[in-house]
Formats: sequence, C-alpha cells, structure tokens
Amino acid sequence: MHIMEGFLPPAHALGWAAASLPCLAWGLRSMGRSLQAHPERRMLLGVAAAFAFLLSALKLPSVTGSCSHPTGVGLGALLFGPAAMVPVGFVVLLFQALLLAHGGLTTLGANVFSMAIVGPFVSYGVFRAAAALGLKRSVCVFLAACLGDLATYVTTSAQLALAFPDAVGGFEASFLKFAGIFALTQVPIAISEGLLTVLVVNAMARFNAHELRALPVMALRGREGA
Amino acid sequence: MKLRTWGMWIAIVLLTVLPLWFAAAPPAEPGAEAPSMFGGADERAQQAIGSISPTYRPWFAPVFAPASGEIASLLFALQAAIGAGVIGYWLGVSVTRERARKTAHDVSASARDPRAD
Repeated sequence: MHIMEGFLPPAHALGWAAASLPCLAWGLRSMGRSLQAHPERRMLLGVAAAFAFLLSALKLPSVTGSCSHPTGVGLGALLFGPAAMVPVGFVVLLFQALLLAHGGLTTLGANVFSMAIVGPFVSYGVFRAAAALGLKRSVCVFLAACLGDLATYVTTSAQLALAFPDAVGGFEASFLKFAGIFALTQVPIAISEGLLTVLVVNAMARFNAHELRALPVMALRGREGA
Repeated sequence: MKLRTWGMWIAIVLLTVLPLWFAAAPPAEPGAEAPSMFGGADERAQQAIGSISPTYRPWFAPVFAPASGEIASLLFALQAAIGAGVIGYWLGVSVTRERARKTAHDVSASARDPRAD
C-alpha cells in the first residue's frame, strides 16, 4: 500500500524524487553491467522481477482488518544486490501508478524510496548479518525478506509522518499513528513474504545451483543446506 | 525437506485466511466514517491524514483511474498473471532441464558400464 496520488505536499514529493533518482541511475548501471558480464543471469533476474510483480499485486487481509500487499523485492536484493532492485521496483510502482491509480506519479519518488531502495537494502543488510552469524540459509533468507518488507512500510509511515506531523505530538505521534496502520497491518504479510521467498530460493538452489553459486551474495552464506 | 515445504505453504495459507475470521474491525478516525472491513491500508492512511490536517487537499489526481472496482481487479489480476507466468515458465524449464540432465547422465553411465545392459 503506497502513498496515494497527491497526498504528499509538493516539497516532500520533490525531495523524495531527488533522493530516489540517483539510486535509480546507479541501479540501472549496476544491473546493466551485471547482465553484460553474466548473461546467464537474465533468467533469474526475470524470475526476481516477476516475483515482485506477482507479490505486489496480491492484496492480502491482515489482523488489523485492513488489506495490504507484500513487495517481493527482497528476493532480487539477495540474488543480485540491492541496487539491481531499484529499477525493478520502479517499474512495478510505475505500472501501478499509471494503470491502477495505486500509489501515484507525484508520490512515485517517495514510494520508490521506501519499496525499491529501503526495502532491498534492509533485506540485503539483514541477509549479510544473518549469514555472518552462521545461521542456516533459509533462516537468513526468511529474516531478510520479512524484515525488508516491514522496513518498507515503516518508511512509508515515517514519510507520511514527516509530511503530516501531529499538531500536538509532532512527528512522533504521527509516526505511531501511521505505523499502526501500515506497519502493523504488514506483520503477517511480511511473514508470508519471508516464507514464500524461502520457497523460491530453495527451488533455485535445486534447479539453478550453478548460477546461484556464482552470485556474490549467495556465495556469502554461512552454512550449506536448506 | 518435503515436509518443511508443505509446512511453509500451509503457514502462508493460514496467515492469509485466519485474519478473515479473527481480525477486529479497524478503528474509525474521529470525525470520519468507520473504514470498511478489509479495505486498503492506504484508505485508512488517507483518513488519518484527514484527521491530522483537515485542511489538506490532494493537489494531483491520478492520470488514469480504473473505471470501476471490476476493471481495477482485472488490471491487478493481469499484473499477477504476468508475474506468475514468468515464474511458471522458469519452473517448467527447470524441471524439464533437470530431467533431461538426469536421463543423459543415466545413458552415459550405462554406456560406459559394459555389464549394464
């Protein structure tokens, strides 16, 4: 669930767009270079992008009585690094903003920042940390995808709280309010996304073991075995 | 391994289905109608913005909005179908490739071994 069209004041909309744009350029460059050096990765990158497309179309019911959708960008961040997921997330958000009136063009910068930048980078960081601790691969993948998903919606809450601070409680009160809506709703959905990502990574480990081993991120994993 | 895979699928289904029974109705914002049950979280955020700064008006409207809920669900289904299609293609290719590899391996193994007929 992204920030709706027109619901960020122009200054905020511009600011988030300015923050996202360099990341998008960097992501495109890094993705292009990776594919040029390793054309055999195209298939898995396609799967990662398709995963984000599929998951962000599924609005799931949650314990708070609201619906929200997973982001699906954690998988690609683990496989290709977080930068590669910036353009993928951008395309998904653009599709939804243009055709579905979900999210928006004026809020695209802010939504790219939360879903295509913060989410993948948190996933990647969590995976590295969990792998460094020597946790099993599926535990690392689960934590990375789940926490990356949650981080996206915590970011969305913070973005809205910055734009709409509470008259009395300021940013903090506002943040708690938006987090109560977005982040809390997201908890069971983030767990589902974590589990689904583990299932896909397990399938990749079985069918694409060769390509997977060549990926720098997965080579870092602590212990073998699913 | 197989059992764990099944367990994960069941957990995902339960996580999705159980809220349908056990979720409480979302609380209403002061001065706004109660949000619809299982509406989008962005709908509730919109109401929260309305209660924090009642004078705020969105300054930009979506360039294209699906004509109805039906059309919107069509487009969401299309998005999911594209994603699922690509994943299905990859799984199909992978399973076939693994099978072909195994057959080739068996054939070459029996060719090398004169006792195997």
